[in-house]
Amino acid sequence: MAKLLGIDVGSTTVKVCVIDEAGKILYTSYERHFSRVKECVAAELEKVRPFGMQYKVCITGSAGLGLAQRGNIPFVQEVQSAYGAIKALYPEADAAIELGGEDAKIIFITGGTEQRMNGSCAGGTGAFIDQMATLLDLTVSEMDDLALKAEKIYPIASRCGVFAKSDIQPLLNQGASKSDISASIFQAVVDQTVSGLAQGRRIKGKVLFLGGPLYFLKSLRKAFQTTLGLDGEHAIFPKDAPCFMAIGAAMYAANSKEESLGEITARLAFVSDHSDITVGQPLFADRREYDEFVSRHKRSDLEFEDIHTYRGEAYLGIDSGSTTTKLMLITPESKILYSHYQTNNGQPLDIVAAKIREIYGLTQNRIAIRGACVTGYGEDMMKAALKIDFGIVETMAHFKAALHFNSEVDFIIDIGGQDIKCFKVKNHAIDSIMLNEACSSGCGSFIQTFAKAMGMEIEEFSRLGLFAKHPVELGSRCTVFMNSSVKQAQKEGASVEDISAGLSSSIVKNAIYKVIRARTPEELGDHIVVQGGTFLNDAVLRSFEKETGKEVVRPAIAGLMGAFGAALYAMENTSENVLISSLITAAELDRFTYSSQSVNCRGCTSKCNVNILTFSDGRKFISGNKCERGAGMKVPENRPDIYAYKYERLLNLPSKKKGVRGKVGLPLQLVMFEQLPLWTAFFETCGFEVVLSEKSSRELYFKGQHTVASDTACYPAKLMHGHIESLLDQQVDFIFYPCESYNIKQEGSVNYYNCPVVAYYPELLKANNERLGSDNFIMPYLNPNHEKKTVQALARALKRYRIPVSLIRRGYREGMKRLAEYHADVVNEGKKISEQAKREHLNVIVLAGRPYHADPEINHGINKLLCSLGCAVLSEDAVFEEGNYVKVDVLDQWTYHARLYRAAEYVSRHKDTDLVQLVSFGCGIDAITTDEVRTILERNGKLYTQIKIDEINNLGVVKIRLRSMLAAIEEQSRK
Amino acid sequence: MINESKTTIDYTEEYPLFTSEMRKDYTILVPDMLPWHFEIFLHIMRREGYKTELLHNSGRAVIDEGLKHVHNDTCFPALCVIGQYLDALKSGKYDVDRTAVLITQTGGGCRASNYLPLIRRALKAEFPNVPVLSLNFAGLEKGNSLQLGLKLLAKFGYAMFYGDLLMYCFNQTKPYEKTAGETDSVREHCIGFIKQMFDEGKQKKLTYCAKTILNAFTGVSVSKEEKVKVGIVGEIYVKYSPLGNSHLEEFLLSEQCEPVVPALADFIFYCLTNSLNDVKRYGINSKSRLLFSFGYRWLYKKQKKLIALMKKQGRFEPFHDFEHLKQCADRVIDQGVKMGEGWLIPAEMVALAESGTQNIVCAQPFGCLPNHIAGKGAARNVKELCPEANIVAVDYDPSATRVNQENRIKLMLSTAREKLKGKK
Repeated sequence: MAKLLGIDVGSTTVKVCVIDEAGKILYTSYERHFSRVKECVAAELEKVRPFGMQYKVCITGSAGLGLAQRGNIPFVQEVQSAYGAIKALYPEADAAIELGGEDAKIIFITGGTEQRMNGSCAGGTGAFIDQMATLLDLTVSEMDDLALKAEKIYPIASRCGVFAKSDIQPLLNQGASKSDISASIFQAVVDQTVSGLAQGRRIKGKVLFLGGPLYFLKSLRKAFQTTLGLDGEHAIFPKDAPCFMAIGAAMYAANSKEESLGEITARLAFVSDHSDITVGQPLFADRREYDEFVSRHKRSDLEFEDIHTYRGEAYLGIDSGSTTTKLMLITPESKILYSHYQTNNGQPLDIVAAKIREIYGLTQNRIAIRGACVTGYGEDMMKAALKIDFGIVETMAHFKAALHFNSEVDFIIDIGGQDIKCFKVKNHAIDSIMLNEACSSGCGSFIQTFAKAMGMEIEEFSRLGLFAKHPVELGSRCTVFMNSSVKQAQKEGASVEDISAGLSSSIVKNAIYKVIRARTPEELGDHIVVQGGTFLNDAVLRSFEKETGKEVVRPAIAGLMGAFGAALYAMENTSENVLISSLITAAELDRFTYSSQSVNCRGCTSKCNVNILTFSDGRKFISGNKCERGAGMKVPENRPDIYAYKYERLLNLPSKKKGVRGKVGLPLQLVMFEQLPLWTAFFETCGFEVVLSEKSSRELYFKGQHTVASDTACYPAKLMHGHIESLLDQQVDFIFYPCESYNIKQEGSVNYYNCPVVAYYPELLKANNERLGSDNFIMPYLNPNHEKKTVQALARALKRYRIPVSLIRRGYREGMKRLAEYHADVVNEGKKISEQAKREHLNVIVLAGRPYHADPEINHGINKLLCSLGCAVLSEDAVFEEGNYVKVDVLDQWTYHARLYRAAEYVSRHKDTDLVQLVSFGCGIDAITTDEVRTILERNGKLYTQIKIDEINNLGVVKIRLRSMLAAIEEQSRK
Repeated sequence: MINESKTTIDYTEEYPLFTSEMRKDYTILVPDMLPWHFEIFLHIMRREGYKTELLHNSGRAVIDEGLKHVHNDTCFPALCVIGQYLDALKSGKYDVDRTAVLITQTGGGCRASNYLPLIRRALKAEFPNVPVLSLNFAGLEKGNSLQLGLKLLAKFGYAMFYGDLLMYCFNQTKPYEKTAGETDSVREHCIGFIKQMFDEGKQKKLTYCAKTILNAFTGVSVSKEEKVKVGIVGEIYVKYSPLGNSHLEEFLLSEQCEPVVPALADFIFYCLTNSLNDVKRYGINSKSRLLFSFGYRWLYKKQKKLIALMKKQGRFEPFHDFEHLKQCADRVIDQGVKMGEGWLIPAEMVALAESGTQNIVCAQPFGCLPNHIAGKGAARNVKELCPEANIVAVDYDPSATRVNQENRIKLMLSTAREKLKGKK
């Protein structure tokens, strides 16, 4: 009889297993295949030769699918093979968790067998951990070791690598310790598995942990064990965990027919490369075209001046970006004396201090630095630490630099490591700014990560793409998707050259169609300046020119434009009588040290994570705070902030009086954020005590995470699960949360729907939380506009309390009255704020979103941030009634969204008033509204700014965005 | 809060409308959501004097056009449809000054009713003269929508049932045919027959037409082998359209399965029921109540008759009786969930599981809002009611790799095969 051979070909590794006739495991192996699948499998099969030449074989794994099909070898789906192996080897297991390269799976064995895999948009896998390790500049095993020493856990979004990056980068920049960050990353993976995969089902009993990452990473194991509350007896880590699927496949092989190893190897070797990939045009037809291209771009170089001999004045510009640090020293004629570009591997402050020291060494008192200016993420911190004269927001720095190269410039696009910035310029002022969302940062750092993964420097990798014959189409949605497209292309046999060129084109398409949302190339303008480190990559530059059909200007210092612009700013703004910059002196630099400490601010309930840098001269710098309180300052009273007003007003609604009929719990989220006055009054009138759910927080979210059924729903919806848990814990008699297809009617629009998520979320909550049933969760379907029907429906829903219909009607009427009063109060407060703004000459910002964006956990304190930037904050519901009715191209059929259009209309008619639209990630309806709001504003010459918010809390980026907007507004009004 | 002094500011752009003169010489392009049903619908429209053409273009170019012209967070079906139009208009096959495109609008609370303005805007950039014609029953786009008299509506009603019948018979025959391709030619033949019935005005002979179709498919020689049945439910476009679901039916056939695709009629019944529910529950739209309830009863009578014919003939699993489908819904979700495909999704899951199709693919566009609730959200209830149900939710998206989708379906299939083996 033949032995059994199982082969597991995953997204990153190949695993092989041999089982003998008696069912004994003779051999297992685990190898990374670096996308050379066929070769790796062949090499691994060579190694089983000593065990015999006759086998029954079976393949499993995501990358094994195609191989098995084309090689005509039996295949078993990997979860199925794991399931088989578990039943044979660990019959006592209740559940199994398997993390692989790109997949995560859960198998529930007892209590209803169920097998689940992650959806298409879920991080929390091996690839995610790899990506994070690259970001931290650590190997995965170093990260593992460090994590064991962690002292605290930061909340990190694990749903997708890009989100996690935007959580981690600020932490790194603030100087949080790598061991804490590593532990937080592992915790994020655990949270993702528990919420994203288990989806409402608790993982309990004996749990088996499988797959490479769980086997190799002890910190990850520990995090799982702690989170699931499993003791040593209930958490099983098999020693053959990494090749468990291969063992399962070998077991399934018992059904295959016997073959010789030679036969199997031969069939696999002849598997043809699939041509199921789409390819595009080569970037250059021939060498001549390339040479022309190169010489054309040579014209946009700056001149150099020798720092070793030059005597005279100079200006210093520093761009402290999220992933890179750039410095530039220029002469008054804008010649380059010194420039530096470096990836932040560690604390950017150290880099800048070292480089300034170097500059002082080179200038030797021959050169007087008259002014210095800093821009970028690290602006405030650098400015404080190194006593830099000026700080400007990066968009302005880039604009200044672009103007230098083409004074006619009407469009600037900057693709950096982490973000994409685009500006339209009209009358020498920025007319509109478009920045990428957290989710679509298919930017430069992606190519870099990829080059690294291929073991190449970015320069070499991108050069390879220039002459690719068949660039692969990789899609343009987001980094995570691109990642798996790249892997698939590789498996299909695409060359490194083709992939490199394909990546360049993806980045360009992402920028043009997703960030700029250009419909035609004409929209971009005639004088385009491209910049940012990513454009130094000729393949990206060429792709951009090909996609737009336009010749553009790319300065040779494309990667240093922020620093150059900052230097120009310093030059323009240094007054004549200042001879020397306030910049830290060489002597001071020698003594300069600092220490960093991370603490939770106790100023309010938000408990922001703040980072305190203490400098050697005793000065302190605080970052990470959302408001003045965190920085140790007093919050001015009377802040013109309607968001704070609304939230307070709602929280104080319940009278907290005991009710004769019992206690009702109202979850303060989604529709309740506006209708709370209605339902509080209704229930209090009917003799109930009204209890609110706790205030939203990340902890509350985690509390309900295990019942989240669809992890691509918006954050407000996902938070709802926590609110329900909170109410259940408060022992209310029942929770009330109505389903409303229709919201309160508003004049001027076609219909008055709620969005599907707001309308029907109770259904999902009830179906996925085992603690909810029809007796403790009351969710009638209502149309609050129709008194008779609503009263009937409420009477039916509350039947067991035997409330007289007349009382229900009275309660409903009282509720509607209070709701109207609430609206009137909000409008009134809005008017007061407008007046205060006028008196104090503040910019008014209408922060327009949905009622539930008033929740501080959802808006992440953007309202406070705006106040601290000197603005008065209004909301869409405070102003829309002052706006005219608006006729838009799209079907104006949602209540909350109709307000946005009218709020935009209001803004367009008011001086010193602008609009910032808050959009929840995953809100499909805003894909439609944003374009309309933008149209209304832009037709009236107003700037459109959009901020996407999710569970990630990265105010640094938001701050840059808002400051850019304010700077542009200021400049526009000056012209 | 009516404020008389308010004016309405118009932010709409100028778009060409479809005028009645255009009817004569304009070619109207139609996306292929249900290839076989639509062929019959289009035949009827041609007979009414509309020059219509069903689009069959597909591939990466279509998706890329979609990505270029629509906000990428918009749902995948919008991307497919818009991509298909633009790709077709760019092909050079059509005189772009004499071409219009057609789209349906349900007027419901999800994004689907907004496809029309999105298409308009996408066309504006490159084909400013191409009008977008609406097909809706909600009174939207007055003066720019297809004129539907009761007679024409009735014709569409018949066509829908014949299309459903063809789909049912085909799916239940194809996996078992002994001579490859025989079922396909029978389908071709039947479509020809139905068209002829319309030409001769005999479409109303429901029994005769249905029997002819049923008998034609029964004539195909089939094997007795038992195969895994896989139901397809979900968002209407990706449920039916091969472009939307990466040729899901073909994939299932290649995996030796029998695809079970619920009838289009169910969706129409669902929409009518929602309008009636709105009147009953919320006091909305009471004016059109009579029309809707008449429509519902008329169609339901036809459906019942067809089910009886199918049962009597005995060879094919009949349609779901819609009244029964409503009861199925009531066991797992409230009929109030009426946006998108809403309660119909879990209702069909239950009905499928009950009638022996426990393996179900819930096809949904990535990030589809109603599907959060009615698809993924309700699956747990369905499983509680039918513990045997083996459901997989698959996201369709321009960037989701096919391998990824197929791997998930394969997982579901391996469980299914295991069960089939256990039964034997």
